[in-house]
Amino acid sequence: MEANGTRGLLLEEPLIFEKSSPGRIGIGPAHSDVPETSPAQAIPGRFLRSDLDGFPDLAEIDTVRHYTRLSQWNFGVDSGFYPLGSCTMKYNPKINEAACRLPGFSHIHPYQPEELTQGALELMHSLETYLSEITGMEAITLQPSAGAHGELCGLLMMAAYFKSKGKPRTKIIIPDTAHGTNPASSHLAGFKVVPVKSEGKGVLSVEAVAAVMDEETAGLMLTNPNTLGLFERNIKAIAEVVHSKGGFVYCDGANMNALMGLTSLGELGVDVVQLNLHKTFSTPHGGGGPGSGPVGVGKALEPFLPVPRIKKEGGKYSLDSGRPNTIGRMKSFYGNFSIMVRAYAYIRRMGGEGLKRASIAAILNANYIKERLKGAYHLAFDEPCMHECVFSDRMQLGSGVSTMDIAKRLIDYGYHPPTVYFPLVVPGAIMVEPTETESIETLDKFIDVMKAIAEEAKANPELLKSAPTRTKTARVDETRAAREPVLRWKK
Amino acid sequence: MPYIPHTEEDIGKILEAAGASSIDDALSALPANLRSRKPLDVPAGLSEQELLGHLKQLGSRNSTVEDYSSFLGGGAYNHYIPAIVDSLISRSEFYTSYTPYQPELSQGTLQAIFEYQTLVCQLTGMDVSNASLYDGATAVAEAVLMARRITGRNGIVLSAALHPEYRDTVRTYLSGTGDHLSEAAFSAGTGTTLAETIENAIDGDTACVVVQHPNFFGCIEDVGALAEIVHKKGALLIVAVSEAVSLGLLKPPGEMGADIAVGENQSFGNPLSYGGPYLGFMATRTEFVRQMPGRIVGQTVDKNGRRAFCLTFSTREQHIRRERATSNICTNHGLSALAASIHLAALGGVGLKRLAGLNLSKAEYLKKKLVEAGAEPAWSVPTFNEFTVKVRKDPEEVLEKLLLKKIIGGIPLKRFYPALDRHILVAATEMNSKEEIDRFASELKSV
Repeated sequence: MEANGTRGLLLEEPLIFEKSSPGRIGIGPAHSDVPETSPAQAIPGRFLRSDLDGFPDLAEIDTVRHYTRLSQWNFGVDSGFYPLGSCTMKYNPKINEAACRLPGFSHIHPYQPEELTQGALELMHSLETYLSEITGMEAITLQPSAGAHGELCGLLMMAAYFKSKGKPRTKIIIPDTAHGTNPASSHLAGFKVVPVKSEGKGVLSVEAVAAVMDEETAGLMLTNPNTLGLFERNIKAIAEVVHSKGGFVYCDGANMNALMGLTSLGELGVDVVQLNLHKTFSTPHGGGGPGSGPVGVGKALEPFLPVPRIKKEGGKYSLDSGRPNTIGRMKSFYGNFSIMVRAYAYIRRMGGEGLKRASIAAILNANYIKERLKGAYHLAFDEPCMHECVFSDRMQLGSGVSTMDIAKRLIDYGYHPPTVYFPLVVPGAIMVEPTETESIETLDKFIDVMKAIAEEAKANPELLKSAPTRTKTARVDETRAAREPVLRWKK
Repeated sequence: MPYIPHTEEDIGKILEAAGASSIDDALSALPANLRSRKPLDVPAGLSEQELLGHLKQLGSRNSTVEDYSSFLGGGAYNHYIPAIVDSLISRSEFYTSYTPYQPELSQGTLQAIFEYQTLVCQLTGMDVSNASLYDGATAVAEAVLMARRITGRNGIVLSAALHPEYRDTVRTYLSGTGDHLSEAAFSAGTGTTLAETIENAIDGDTACVVVQHPNFFGCIEDVGALAEIVHKKGALLIVAVSEAVSLGLLKPPGEMGADIAVGENQSFGNPLSYGGPYLGFMATRTEFVRQMPGRIVGQTVDKNGRRAFCLTFSTREQHIRRERATSNICTNHGLSALAASIHLAALGGVGLKRLAGLNLSKAEYLKKKLVEAGAEPAWSVPTFNEFTVKVRKDPEEVLEKLLLKKIIGGIPLKRFYPALDRHILVAATEMNSKEEIDRFASELKSV
């Protein structure tokens, strides 16, 4: 079996503090063209600091080499196939990066007068319009900084709605297949979480929701397609149950990459949805962020959207904070603007038809992997899937090999492992999301490698248990990190 | 279609493998009655060249801080970003990767965050830091929730001299769980939060007091004196820093009694970008680390005993504890934190001190020139790179006239504080040349 992984130049690289030579300067600030004020002249001594203990002092070249070396120990979408289920790691177009770095976008201050930022406001206004169309929602706020931040925003709007009616509600229904952020966000918003089980074929039933939905419940939080990669096909009937008791349907839109142009969440009965621009809309995730989590709402929740809103009047754009029912603001300023520029660039490049084609190709790719791998790995639900599919280690457990071992062995072959041990409802889950940007040749190679690993698990389980062997570090002891915490460097 | 590699032949192969007769058939997971009947009303796709042309045109409808002389601050600062910052964060192994769930494939991100955590500790004088939060405002909100968990108390006291948008954000975050919020007025005489107003604001249910340093008006707060009062009453002190460059010169929160230090690290390596993404930071004392929200990277070893890094303390996090999680943070601002680290490494301790000194010099020079031009300093307390002046005419009118001369002269405070109706918040950084400061002063004189 051909392995994509290489060992490369696995050189040692100390911490940046260990490379420091006190007094050395890399890139110092400019010379002063105004008379210098010494700190002691302007500020009383008790407010001044004596030193910056332990701060790194390096030459420019050493800083450059340091971070270049660190980058070489990392794996990105540009490095290879990254089938991380539920995270949608599609190709990040280079034009997006050029776009957000245009000085007209990167060098504008959030408090500039509105007449000096008409282009930025127009871009945001158009992006809101497109995202409204894609989700089928009445209005969009671009303010939240991440998916979970959007969830909190949506839930706070629901809470504010019931408060405004004089009848606050206390509970949210969340299926066991939900993202972990859903219950956490609900708790932050002050709700009690009522769990419901997905039944039978991995989707939520109308009866299960009807059994717990009451007039104390603000609504249901549903991920669709769910984290098993399945479309919640009862959603419309479920929404009717929730609405009949006066509740809202919140849709976690993290998996929107399966739905663009194929269905309208608004028509399915969804009242509020967050989008993850760093997933569906191709903005890169930067090793953990920043992302961006716009939220769409139907008519009833529109008055509660955070401020400021972007207003268009007579061809002029402005920021409107005069909204009496607003929940307030979710952060300072207007959201992660440079991420919005990237998402806007993606949508304009794809066009409506392109977005639909992306969703179709993502679904085709996932079903291709599901069909071709199901003999080698146990398939949690043998149903037509959306853009991701979930296997488990059930067929490998006999040889003492677990999902984690399979994941680590994949690294030796040059692949980022899929999402593992999630969703929680599938023991030993392996969740594969290929995305639409991967070719059939890439999928075939991945499938071959996965099958080879299944064979290795039978013939030589030790190979898997000792993986990875081609990376900078061997298997990392995560337990020790938590038991004996070392969270910073010290002299 | 852009970015989708499939040929007709590929699609045929996929359909065959999936046992589907057509694309429609392959989408059978999606019931026919729930499918969209009409195409998306989104403009047809553009070529890359057309797209870039369109974006340039849109961008040109914005005026940048290079087209104008800008003296804007208020939580977003125009600083020089060394060329190596964008060059290094543009390495795709950094920016096209995800949260480092697989440590063996992510040692670069993990080591960089571990170093970032250390830098934040050194800057703030605190023991431990997390891997970043969304921005300064949400960092304050998260710190407030953290103080509630630690103390088991509910009340929150915010200094009225804390950034108005930070206060609004805290209010929004608390709207679901009961808003036990009060504000301690700033002194009209000094522009700072006085110990006695804080003392009066705290009651037996107060979890924490939040002050900004330097505060929203640019004034340096006597944090040490406030800390004593707050601690005497059994509450925690949260210190917010919206201009992190000040930490190159001012005594860090950790040395002045802060229990949690939060703020905005945008000034290091992150462009203005119309307000985001920015970089929230949070650091605290060791004893509170398990109550700290957000991602944390720890040092450990690999199977062969070599130093390695991984995400740690995940038992506090949403993917393990779900509704009992310490916070719902999943995404942080890793790439922005990397940019800050690279900028700080490029500066080093010596460079950072010089940069802070340079900012102080520019601001002091600006202050002197504006006073000569007839503006009046609103207060006499020391400031760092931002301060408040009073003008004789309506500030809106003054700023309008300056704008015609291509000068953005600051933020009129009436917008946030009706009583400060003659006040303008003015900032200078190393990006403001002597020449433009002189021009600002002379134009101000003539309006």
